[in-house]
Amino acid sequence: MAPLVSAVSRTADPFVRTGKRPTLAVWKFASCDGCQLTLLDCEDELLAVAGQLDVAYFLEASSATAAGPYDVSLVEGSITTTHDAKRIREIREMSGKLVTIGACATAGGIQALRNFAGPDGGPDVTAYAAAVYAHPEILDALPTSTPISEHVFVDFELRGCPIDKRQLLEVVSATLAGRKPQIPSYSLCLECKRSGAVCVMVAHGQPCLGPATQAGCGALCPNFSRGCYGCFGPHEGPNMPALGDRFAELGVDADGWLRALRTYNAYAGPFRKEADHVERTRS
Amino acid sequence: MAVRRLEAAALDALFGALRRRGYTLVGPTLHDGAIVYDELTGTAELPIGWTEVQDAGHYRLARRDDDARFGYTVGPYAWKRHLHPPALRLWRAERDAEGGFELLDEPHDPPKVAFIGVRPCDVAAIAIQDRVFTGGAHVDPDYQARRERAFIVAVNCTEPGGTCFCASMGTGPEARDGYDLALTEIIAPARNGQRAEPSYLLEVGSERGEQLLAELGGRPARGDEVADGERRLAEAAGRMGRALDTRGLADALRRSLDNSRWDEPAARCLACGNCTLACPTCFCNTVEDTTDLTGAFAERTRRWDSCFTQDLSYIHGGPVRVSLKSRYRQWATHKLGTWQEQFGTSGCVGCGRCITWCPAAIDLTEEVAAIAASAQARASRRQARVAPSPERGTEAGDAAATR
Ligand code: SF4
Ligand code: SF4
Ligand code: SF4
Ligand code: SF4
Repeated sequence: MAPLVSAVSRTADPFVRTGKRPTLAVWKFASCDGCQLTLLDCEDELLAVAGQLDVAYFLEASSATAAGPYDVSLVEGSITTTHDAKRIREIREMSGKLVTIGACATAGGIQALRNFAGPDGGPDVTAYAAAVYAHPEILDALPTSTPISEHVFVDFELRGCPIDKRQLLEVVSATLAGRKPQIPSYSLCLECKRSGAVCVMVAHGQPCLGPATQAGCGALCPNFSRGCYGCFGPHEGPNMPALGDRFAELGVDADGWLRALRTYNAYAGPFRKEADHVERTRS
Repeated sequence: MAVRRLEAAALDALFGALRRRGYTLVGPTLHDGAIVYDELTGTAELPIGWTEVQDAGHYRLARRDDDARFGYTVGPYAWKRHLHPPALRLWRAERDAEGGFELLDEPHDPPKVAFIGVRPCDVAAIAIQDRVFTGGAHVDPDYQARRERAFIVAVNCTEPGGTCFCASMGTGPEARDGYDLALTEIIAPARNGQRAEPSYLLEVGSERGEQLLAELGGRPARGDEVADGERRLAEAAGRMGRALDTRGLADALRRSLDNSRWDEPAARCLACGNCTLACPTCFCNTVEDTTDLTGAFAERTRRWDSCFTQDLSYIHGGPVRVSLKSRYRQWATHKLGTWQEQFGTSGCVGCGRCITWCPAAIDLTEEVAAIAASAQARASRRQARVAPSPERGTEAGDAAATR
């Protein structure tokens, strides 16, 4: 699908400097609302700039809506229906900058497990639908759950399941100022070491996805003596086979490695490819 | 200055003397399955009776059968955490009425910190970072302020760990200079099932250190006690968990940039950067400029970075070191090769942290030795080719050597 670049986004100026009051809209697709809750959790920070930012559309917070276009759209959730696929294009057209937030919007989310649910490892939603709904035949669900970037041009992807509050504020601040967000794409281990946590792989023999996962959460799990679950998806260049070998040395079998890869970011390239490889080669 | 002998209780006196002089004490203590350096309120928080087992990608705490206070080697975090913090705001700026901005000065007023239990390798590492941050034309004011206010209590190593190789790097197991006070812990065997309290040999390395002596008690050490300490340290030098032959190493690495042997660590490396952040001498950092939601405030923060990230070598057009091989090679050749040209020392003190804390269990000493051996083999093959032989003139050999 060719990315669609809207006319508005090409002309967008740093809002703060032009002095105009930027409008913000928040959209939801297939998701659990957790990322929008993170936005609600920024209440104090957002209230402080209430005079400078118009939250024009945010159903999770208020049923009052103002018509578009919007300067900045935050999009939560993945595309799972034909209706969604149409709606995201309309939103793109109405939005200056479009920022996707969370694992659903950036990688398809946990619901992207359907992308591998078929007997051949390909997309199939029928079995899941039958297991969940009494009348699956009335559903209009696509066989896949896909990230927003597979449908429209995205200005910035903010990772996480859920997203991190500080990172969200940074992306909104950067977008308003017309600068590049300071969101690193390197390994979680850098944040882990900076935070002063003791490495759970080395000191506890626990498997940890940190060496393959993008930083962003501040190494939340390792600071509670747990291995990383990969909520922020693959980092800029993970060595998945090598981490798989290391998991095996720590006693994780092929099934366990597959389960570790197939969670919220299962459909993200490097995790997906490694999982596909494990499935193909597993005896 | 003559060596003194102290009882275990002298550690309490030392803590008190430092605290009276306004020092915050930072030293070894147990945290989440490791011995880390953290703020100490008293000697009871030292890892009494604990040690650790270290190997590539492996660290486990273990009980000792004595009451050693310093019966371990080094933890996951080097002292650079306290001299070159993981994140530091460099400056702030505020928008002014004319639409410009005003810079707000960042104070460099760190607390006075006494580092308790600095191992000889780490003493050497601090000296190396001194050169990096304060040795050139551009002095880092924050590092300098922290460094001037740091009091160093070194503790020599009588029991090296599984990944230690300070003896190869000439930095340990005994600290030679760069400390205010240096201790050697002497553990006596248990008697009648009773654990003996450790005693200490104390050496003074600075005037600041000397000023504390009167408050520490103890007595001049006897000749046999000094000899006993020396014997323990000499034996320790022979019991290193790892070794590295550094003769000609920098040169061998320089000639090995295209060596295919780099593929092996590259295949296992996770690009996680743990080795560089755990290393006591690595100094790389990144600066991040941010503004707040209103756009009225901006600030610049410096954070630890690593040559294993793509951003570190990002220039116009993209990162220079794209492959894992080029990043692993950068790390190894900088530490053990080009550092020499840059700062006149090796960038490695042999602490073993990069080996222990590598989640992929990659062993720097093993990889570098293999590279050096292969460079050596290549050089001798080349020599064999150019050497004249009765059956074969030198011409062909010369041609082969220049290819
Ligand atoms: S605990 Fe996980 S994230 Fe932290 S350093 Fe170890 S492997 Fe990396
Ligand atoms: S390179 Fe490794 S062994 Fe050498 S000083 Fe750094 S962490 Fe220690
Ligand atoms: S080895 Fe890498 S992280 Fe360490 S100082 Fe050199 S370039 Fe920086
Ligand atoms: S050598 Fe080890 S610690 Fe260093 S980046 Fe590679 S995997 Fe991480």
